[in-house]
Amino acid sequence: MAATNIETWQSATVIETTPVADGIARIVLEPSLPLKAEPGSHIDLMVEIDGEPAKRSYSVVESSDDGTRLVISVMRAPLSRGGSIFMHGLAVGQRLEITQPLQNFPLRVGAQRYILLAGGIGITAIANMAAVLKRLKADYTLVYVGRSRGAMAYLGELAELHGERLQVHVDDEGSSLKVPELVGRADAGTELYMCGPIRLMDAVRRSWVERELDAPNLRYETFGNSGWYDPEEFIVRVPKLDLEVKVPQGRSMLEALEDAGAEMMFDCRKGECGLCEVRILELTGAIDHRDVFYSERQQRLSTKMNCCVSRAVTSATGSRADAVGPAVITIEPN
Amino acid sequence: MTAVAATSSTTNKILPHPLNAWYVAAWDHEVTRKPMSRRIANRPVALYRTEDGKIVALADACWHRLAPLSMGKTVGKDGIQCPYHGIVYNSAGRCVSMPAQETINPSATVPSFPTVERYRYVWIWMGDPTLADPDLVPDMHQMTSDEWAGDGLTIHAACNYQLVLDNLMDLTHEEFVHSSTIGQEELSESDFVTVREGNKVTVTRWMHNIDAPPFWLKNMRDKFPGFEGKVDRWQIINFEAPSTISIDVGVAKAGTGAPEGDRSQGVNGFVMNTITPETDRSSHYFWAFMRNYCLDSQLITTQLRDGVHGVFGEDEEMLQAQQAAIDANPDYEFYNLNIDAGGMWVRRILESMLAAEGRLVASA
Ligand SMILES: Cc1cc2nc3c(=O)[nH]c(=O)nc-3n(C[C@H](O)[C@H](O)[C@H](O)COP(=O)(O)OP(=O)(O)OC[C@H]3O[C@@H](n4cnc5c(N)ncnc54)[C@H](O)[C@@H]3O)c2cc1C
Ligand code: FES
Ligand code: FES
Ligand SMILES: [Fe+2]
Repeated sequence: MAATNIETWQSATVIETTPVADGIARIVLEPSLPLKAEPGSHIDLMVEIDGEPAKRSYSVVESSDDGTRLVISVMRAPLSRGGSIFMHGLAVGQRLEITQPLQNFPLRVGAQRYILLAGGIGITAIANMAAVLKRLKADYTLVYVGRSRGAMAYLGELAELHGERLQVHVDDEGSSLKVPELVGRADAGTELYMCGPIRLMDAVRRSWVERELDAPNLRYETFGNSGWYDPEEFIVRVPKLDLEVKVPQGRSMLEALEDAGAEMMFDCRKGECGLCEVRILELTGAIDHRDVFYSERQQRLSTKMNCCVSRAVTSATGSRADAVGPAVITIEPN
Repeated sequence: MTAVAATSSTTNKILPHPLNAWYVAAWDHEVTRKPMSRRIANRPVALYRTEDGKIVALADACWHRLAPLSMGKTVGKDGIQCPYHGIVYNSAGRCVSMPAQETINPSATVPSFPTVERYRYVWIWMGDPTLADPDLVPDMHQMTSDEWAGDGLTIHAACNYQLVLDNLMDLTHEEFVHSSTIGQEELSESDFVTVREGNKVTVTRWMHNIDAPPFWLKNMRDKFPGFEGKVDRWQIINFEAPSTISIDVGVAKAGTGAPEGDRSQGVNGFVMNTITPETDRSSHYFWAFMRNYCLDSQLITTQLRDGVHGVFGEDEEMLQAQQAAIDANPDYEFYNLNIDAGGMWVRRILESMLAAEGRLVASA
């Protein structure tokens, strides 16, 4: 199956909400127009932030065969604008507007071997794939990495279901994942599916390219909200539109420009399509490229950026010590 | 869906088709390195072979702007290039190169459908690919067995696939539709037995000590030159879900033990039929006639294929007229006769498959 981006909105009732790890809530929804969720699919739903509706996406961790129960799991995001906080405040019986399952991360049946890699909350997009591969008796390894066990959802259930096929790496236990080693286990018949922080995914992408493995066999989904550095406030100047805009921590550059009245082009708003690209004329600071549209070469050049996700930071080392005032970036929109 | 919906749709006039099932997409020889397009279960599918001869079935609509991939060309070992802006997909439907960018959008894929090449056909699974078990391909082994010879063709039937199944599950219509070739009045006079087992239905009919109709007289004379006299005639209709019907047909010299199992004094054929829904109102009807005598005679193979083609042309005409009448009379119902038992079991099985997919809708 392939991508499905046609949004069919419906209402859903919260029928269960339970904590499953530090800061992660498991939320069971009963949709009014049930449809079975394929592995890799997600739903879009409307949250309320300061009384205003906003759209957020959540991967379907599991669904019943008839689609009448959809399970999602939400991490309380650091520096949240409020979406995940709203989700954590949901009570049983409450109703939400949600889409039927959408699909940008389809699992292909029939590969010789699979490596599934989940980093942190990325397990939500991977768990259902692992369950299907197990049912199909496929040759797969599920690699699950996290900062600490307490913050890793579903560890127990996954260990029980996948036994030997599950490999866990935990930073604070000193068993961090060695990416080149993992990618070293892939061969021409292996498909690797991953979802996790951008740093992890960038490292895997780099190893994949180095080993000259087939690009289409590396599959990933971006949650569109993580970067190499913590978000900072920065300034964007647009001489062409005679604009100077402050981009606060909790807002994207695209949003800030839109707020200031600039008519911007965009599509995915998560760093995949390249339609929100702007040209960089001048820069004090560095660019935190958070997209997957550019190759590493293009990201290093930093003549352009995808402003839906990428940000400016004061220091390319990420350390605040050598920071002097906010980063300033001068751009020309397309 | 509910049991109420199931009963009230027993004589659904436009039956939806299960998706979690194997359907024939094409004859094996139709699919080549040059991509072709065929609509299957309401979806256009692009079909081609890789350099290694493996079958590829992709949705016939590019991820980018939905241009038909079947108008493009095969590239590399297993790829296909969109004819419009040049996106290249591999045999799994994954984009391997995008115009004017150094990376690949991770969501750039087109659906790829599981296929199996078996019994001279290319089978395709349009539903949940995680359920596509090749062991579920319906049995049509006579198509490739050394003990059988024959050939067939495809009919483009302008009707819902279930109307073709109805037609084949009840052969009393031969007396009226095929009066000049295989029809005879004993057909509607003789008794028949219907048995349902799991996703299979069998309808058995024997006609004892009758005159052989022209088609069968010719076949008897091919095997027994100069044959004259009465015959025992059989029709054993075997349905296997979702839409394959192989009909064991033949005649033997009357009273030589054919009903008891000794068919040596007769001629036996298998009419192999498998129907693929194209749209709700049209079908690809793949058939072949296989025989177990005079195996080396290409003449007989061709004569039988052309003869049966003529007979099925009469069905095609009737089915098309029936579909037109159904559409022209939306407020009239179907009623059922005793002779519909086989077809009604087929509906029951298809409806339970549809219910399992959550796709059974009550008859409109
Ligand atoms: C396909 C898909 C599937 C997803 N699945 C899940 C899931 O299963 N579980 C889950 O918990 N989340 C998932 N997400 C993420 C989720 O949609 C929300 O982004 C998340 O809940 C945070 O929302 P928020 O409003 O609380 O926080 P936000 O305000 O959106 O902030 C979250 C993080 O993003 C960064 N950030 C803040 N503002 C911006 C900005 N303007 N631009 C870029 N980065 C910014 C910050 O570092 C912050 O830590 C998924 C996202 C996508 C696209
Ligand atoms: S809108 Fe798609 S990359 Fe920014
Ligand atoms: S429509 Fe296929 S590449 Fe544009
Ligand atoms: Fe007929």
